[in-house]
Amino acid sequence: MIRKGVATRQRVKTRTRVPAYSGIPGWVRVLAVLAAVVVVLPLLAMVLKVDWAHFIPLVTSEPSQTALGLSLRTSAASTLLCVVLGVPLALVLARDTFRLQGLLRSLVLLPLVLPPVVGGIALLYTFGRQGLLGKTLDVLGLQIAFSTTAVVLAQTFVALPFLVVSLEGALRTSGSRYEAVAATLGARPGTVFRRVTLPLVLPGLASGAVLSFARSLGEFGATLTFAGSLQGVTRTLPLEIYLQRETDPDAAVALSLVLVAVAVAVVALAYRRPALVRPAPASRTTAPAPAGADVP
Amino acid sequence: MTLSFHAAVAARGFDVSLTVRPGETVAVMGPNGAGKSTLLSGVAGLLSPDGGRAELNGRTLFDLDGGKRTWTPPHARGTALLAQEPLLFPHLSAVDNVAFGLRSAGVPKREAKQQALRWLSEVEAEDLALRRPAELSGGQAQRVAVARALAADPALLLLDEPLAALDIHSAPLLRRLFKRVLAGRQAIIVTHDVLDALILADRVVILENGRIAEEGPTREVLERPRSSFAAGLAGLNFVPGTLQGAGVRTEEGLQIAGHGEDPGGSRDSARLCTPGGPGVAVFPPSAVSVFLDDAHGSPRNSFAVTITDLEPHGDQVRVRAGSLAADITPAASADLGLVPGMTVHFVVKAAAVAVYGA
Repeated sequence: MIRKGVATRQRVKTRTRVPAYSGIPGWVRVLAVLAAVVVVLPLLAMVLKVDWAHFIPLVTSEPSQTALGLSLRTSAASTLLCVVLGVPLALVLARDTFRLQGLLRSLVLLPLVLPPVVGGIALLYTFGRQGLLGKTLDVLGLQIAFSTTAVVLAQTFVALPFLVVSLEGALRTSGSRYEAVAATLGARPGTVFRRVTLPLVLPGLASGAVLSFARSLGEFGATLTFAGSLQGVTRTLPLEIYLQRETDPDAAVALSLVLVAVAVAVVALAYRRPALVRPAPASRTTAPAPAGADVP
Repeated sequence: MTLSFHAAVAARGFDVSLTVRPGETVAVMGPNGAGKSTLLSGVAGLLSPDGGRAELNGRTLFDLDGGKRTWTPPHARGTALLAQEPLLFPHLSAVDNVAFGLRSAGVPKREAKQQALRWLSEVEAEDLALRRPAELSGGQAQRVAVARALAADPALLLLDEPLAALDIHSAPLLRRLFKRVLAGRQAIIVTHDVLDALILADRVVILENGRIAEEGPTREVLERPRSSFAAGLAGLNFVPGTLQGAGVRTEEGLQIAGHGEDPGGSRDSARLCTPGGPGVAVFPPSAVSVFLDDAHGSPRNSFAVTITDLEPHGDQVRVRAGSLAADITPAASADLGLVPGMTVHFVVKAAAVAVYGA
């Protein structure tokens, strides 16, 4: 039995080592390399430009620290907002059927392709002092534009689609059969959502949240338009970098590297292979489930 | 403790009335797309019919006929569904899966776990309690799924081909398990396997094209099928037509002589056999002989048919000609030189043909 298992594993190994026929023409490979260069070369150029001797002082200067702190706080807040609002939206889009559902889905995805500066202007005419809701809010003594709240709103506006898209995909993939079984076992919709739906799509939700966080962290156009660039209040790290570029290019490069590091970490988190199947206990004696069952 | 159910779903051409008495297990059989799953979904509340009403133990599941529409959501119906796939929640251990229904009903954690362990031992899966579903084989997972459905204490258990996805080694074990747990339990089991209907069910309902084609005690339906599907299950030749004397006349004008007696069935054949009314002639393939020429010898039936298929059937050769079949020995088949497309005569003694009203 054990020997058989080893033999199977070896066979699998051999199969992965021998490359299958790919059928890719040579010129496609050349262009693919070119594409990779387009992405990697600028990053490399920037890293080469980093003034390593002064890297730590540059990154830890007071304005840099303020901007980084603000960026992290606002991005965390907007990610939270994305989760709170995006999960219900994704659920409704994936599981419900209603009129104009397709239209709603397209509209929600719009910020993905919209120039952020346009988003900023739209937000300004919604929450600005002369805006659609701004006038009412002004009466209540609330001024959103050019405040930290505006930064969070701008980030949420551009980052929400990332969460909705990845979560809706996860919801569609997992289907609603588990939910149906849970309901026939006597679970109310709330219980089904909490104990079945959420745990099942947790990987999709996590990667969606990480992507939203990354998008929030990099937000520039909408923030500048809607929130301005006030140090400690609305000047997030990308805005600080843009500003520093004119006065202190070395600081700009150093701070950019910080954002690159964060981006690398985010991509690694969001696109890692999900380790859904836990290692089997040592006492295990029976045959494992077919491999197909492990695929989420 | 009775389920009375009537529902119509226009889009699927579904219109079925069904009653399940207390402690009764009803097998639902029928060809693909006959509405078997629609029936279960309708009872479980996963599908909203266009019309009809259903009641389980005096509680209205839905009433869509009157002016005031009543609808009980799935979680409040007490109809646990067990599907072909176990559908164990992949993020929960086996014991937590089994405890799911109890926890949803508000049973405290510790007590739910204890009860879940009891149900796991009921299906001989105690040792699997801490495993994740991904670490279970198909048969093990289905056993845990059975425990999970039973632990929810359903008033009515709905089983949708629970043995269909299992390998040939796990299926008999599960069938024994179902035999045990379904005894005295109110259940509807959808199945493709006549063995399940015989072993597990008190009664069988044959669905065809969204309607009940026939229903009755499993043995009786298999011995005296009134639908071509049931005849196929029983492995019998089935010729529908109109009753004429002791025989049946088909739409094509074929006359089949048989005997009108009722050898084993308990139904009142005299009442059912109204001359001129719809009737069926039923005979086993083993009673059919194959001849190259027309070999009339009273009282025999002989009809010319074109062979469509030849296939092994146990140690016999099954000669198929459209909807009819004959079982002959391989030697006889070779002697006659049978090949598909050949025209031969199927000959069957009238004494071997059961004729009754449909």
